Amino acid sequence: MLAYAVRRLAYGFLVVLGVLGLLFALFFVYADPHDMARRAVGEKASPGVLDDWIKQHGYDRPKLEQLRDHYWKMLTFDFGRSDLDDVPIARRLREGAGPSLVFTVPAFAIGLLLAIQLSLFVAYFRDSYIDRTILLIAVLEMSVSILLYIIGGQFLIGKILNWFPISGFDPDPALIPRFIAMPVLIYSLAGVGGDVRFYRTVFIEEMNRDYVRTARAKGAGDGRVMLRHVLRNSMIPILTNVVTAIPFLFMGSLLIESFFGIPGLGAVTVDAVQANDFSTLRVVVYIDALLFIVFQIVTDFTYTLADPRVRFE
Amino acid sequence: MEGYVVSNAVVGALVAGAAYTVRAVRRSRQWSQAFRELGRRRPIALCAIAFYVALGLADSVAWIDASATGIAAYEPSSLVDRLFPAEFQERSYSAPFAFEEFYGGAGLRHPGQHWLGTDIRGRDVLHMALKGARVALLLGGLTSLIVIPLALFFGMSAGYFGGRIDEAVFFAISLLSSIPTLLLLIALIVALGRGPVQVCFAMGVTSWVGFSRVIRGETLKLRELDYVAAARALGASDARILLRHILPNVMHLVVITFVLLFSGMVLTEAVLAFLGIGLDGSWGQMIDQARDELARDPIVYWNILAAFAALFFLILSVNRVGDAIRDILDPRTVRENV
Amino acid sequence: MTAPLLEVNELVTTFPAETGRAAVVDGLSLSIAAGEVLALVGESGCGKSVTALSILRLVPKPGRIESGRIRVAGRDVRALPITEMRAVRGALAAMIFQEPMTSLNPVQTVGAQVVEAIRLHERVSADVARRRCVDLFERVGIPDADARFESFPHQLSGGLKQRVMIAMALSMQPKLLIADEPTTALDVTIQAQILELLREIRDRFGMAILLISHNLGVVNELADRVAVMYAGRVAEEGTRTELLAHPRHPYTQRLLASIPSRTRRGEPLAEIPGVVPSPGEWPVGCRFTTRCHRAFEPCAEIVPDATAISDTHRAWCHAVAREESS
Repeated sequence: MLAYAVRRLAYGFLVVLGVLGLLFALFFVYADPHDMARRAVGEKASPGVLDDWIKQHGYDRPKLEQLRDHYWKMLTFDFGRSDLDDVPIARRLREGAGPSLVFTVPAFAIGLLLAIQLSLFVAYFRDSYIDRTILLIAVLEMSVSILLYIIGGQFLIGKILNWFPISGFDPDPALIPRFIAMPVLIYSLAGVGGDVRFYRTVFIEEMNRDYVRTARAKGAGDGRVMLRHVLRNSMIPILTNVVTAIPFLFMGSLLIESFFGIPGLGAVTVDAVQANDFSTLRVVVYIDALLFIVFQIVTDFTYTLADPRVRFE
Repeated sequence: MEGYVVSNAVVGALVAGAAYTVRAVRRSRQWSQAFRELGRRRPIALCAIAFYVALGLADSVAWIDASATGIAAYEPSSLVDRLFPAEFQERSYSAPFAFEEFYGGAGLRHPGQHWLGTDIRGRDVLHMALKGARVALLLGGLTSLIVIPLALFFGMSAGYFGGRIDEAVFFAISLLSSIPTLLLLIALIVALGRGPVQVCFAMGVTSWVGFSRVIRGETLKLRELDYVAAARALGASDARILLRHILPNVMHLVVITFVLLFSGMVLTEAVLAFLGIGLDGSWGQMIDQARDELARDPIVYWNILAAFAALFFLILSVNRVGDAIRDILDPRTVRENV
Repeated sequence: MTAPLLEVNELVTTFPAETGRAAVVDGLSLSIAAGEVLALVGESGCGKSVTALSILRLVPKPGRIESGRIRVAGRDVRALPITEMRAVRGALAAMIFQEPMTSLNPVQTVGAQVVEAIRLHERVSADVARRRCVDLFERVGIPDADARFESFPHQLSGGLKQRVMIAMALSMQPKLLIADEPTTALDVTIQAQILELLREIRDRFGMAILLISHNLGVVNELADRVAVMYAGRVAEEGTRTELLAHPRHPYTQRLLASIPSRTRRGEPLAEIPGVVPSPGEWPVGCRFTTRCHRAFEPCAEIVPDATAISDTHRAWCHAVAREESS
């Protein structure tokens, strides 16, 4: 078990190194320092000012040195300052994490519970009219771009019905619910269609297994069969989904935060993209990938909890 | 070479390719049966898709008409463009079928002829919506042309040869799939530039990974089958086995994945357009440009609605067809239905 | 003559087919007395398993029981509301299945699964249930029973898993045990042990056993009476000696003839020509007509009635009817 853990962590570390290499290629090899300088300082700046900026940010050094620097800094979490406005990137990340989590976590929890319950229900009634109707609704729901949900939601609930503010955010805990109500609603419901289809397939596959037949032959009722047997055996795909989603909870949603004016990590990313702020962008991508890799490893280990067959590998 | 000449040539090539595929499908009993079943289950969705494809093709056949007036004399106009009168652009907003401008009430050049109204720059909304089809299909088609061969090549190699090759491919897959798709896309496009080719390339790079994993898994299974061992015992080379025995048996996955990827990619492009890094002329761009107008009073809704509707019906049709194809071709569900 | 423990009358169970619904079990009747082992024999696809599932109303959708009467210990099973049916399952009549590998829940310990079987029918504490389970494990011959309680299915061999299934089935001391191909998935040596176990159970508890099998060797070891099934109907039934030594139905005769035998060494293997017709292609009359070496005029058109050959031996065949009447 320990050997497996060590191997897994080592492999994860290798992947991290690979990701950093890819990022370096993208952001350092292809990017032109003059363009970056111009965007930061201003289009009309004199060449002298531009050169100063380039030198200050270290983009004039030989590539190899930049590579080494890049790896070292990233691995020690020394993120430096934004190319654009010189704000320390680490601080930006810290400030952004809170607002993101405040709406992604409830949204995720609600969405997950809703999807699982609905999927169990639909799987139990498979091939009936209920099943087909709900599946049809799910396809319709999935086919609508999330942009429509956001824009439509803002429009309908914010402007016409005026139940919640259209956008904005206030760190005061008493006021937070007002501002996150709509983002949470939209974020949790937008993915339900796709999730229900996925979980339904998983549940139906388990329902067709022999041990379910045995349980029924013992005299177990349908409720018990679905919850004690089918759901328990579906935990691996469910857990995978859940743990894989955690990095996204931290990184917020690019769209929702933009549209609703929530100052989370998603907004940080969008700002960086629109301003071509490479220094922030590469840190954001790195952190996201790092979280992803870490939680992938966590998933592997949680498998052993969910399925005893995996325990002794 | 002029852009439109290239595009006309590409359309010709596509039509030729389609004709060849149709012939190949008719030859194979399995595939023609599958197709007939598909036609039986999803006639409406198939018609809708055919309509969009026709639109896209029509919009890709363009030429310069030197005798026309205005812009049309210098820029190529496609078959879709020619459906509309020349100099169709107004100055500003107008509602569908309106006779005057929306704000201010000034007269229009073509009163009553804008079925879906005009946008802030006076461009006809119906025209833009129709042209969006080509962009969407280009995105889906071109990107899939990149994704599918890549995924097949790497997936089959990894699954079939195993060992070092498998480890290398698996590492590349882990690498690319560790970076969440949207961010990777953004990173690639920001780094490589925002042209259509770069966007398609970026989407291709981010999409091949998952599919390649599926192909690898399937190849691993197929490799162990008896008839592959028999072929090897008879002296067939690896290439022959891969081409003749493994590839045809993963084609069903190719078809299923292609359809499912397509809708995902078009939807993602809409998101990219919002971030400013999408394709020109796409529905996503229409939505992005129209977004602020909902805040006006009275609201301008027709352009954003048209773009959403066009997007929705294409995606819905593709999803419906994709589900049906998966049910028909997936060997597991085949067993259930028998 | 005591009332039979299991009585099945004209059971018809259908499944969807190309042309409407096909009767996979078509007018099947059988009965088993307490302490008796009836073997239901036939080729794959003749409807044996569906018959077994029908008795406990476990036929998977989209199949369904269309008609017929099923009585277990005098109770009309089809008329029971579902809550009472569940009380019957596992308690009055229990079933064990062919594939022990997949028939146990992989994420639960085997002990927990047997305990579940007990607590579904009786209100006992967890401790009492555990003790009973360990006791059962010992009785079915699972070594180290107390430790095995905590084992997961994947840690046990096929033979042990099947013993667990048997323990689970016996936990409420059912009067009827339905064993669907209990040894088919096991090694030959383990097969013998399981058969021995089943024999013990029959002798010790006086349980009626419906044994489903396509393996005549197994049938010979365990059965008191045998019913041969073909394409959803019973072709011949009788005591074990009657059927195996003096088969009268052409199908049974051919079936027995096709067993490789030491005494006929060197001869080509006898086989029954043709294949079992699929549900859409059944002839109107006797279903074996297309492959029968003794078929004559009435066979294709008229379904044969039972012909009594002795008190205990019956065959459904026109050729046999003709022989008996002469």
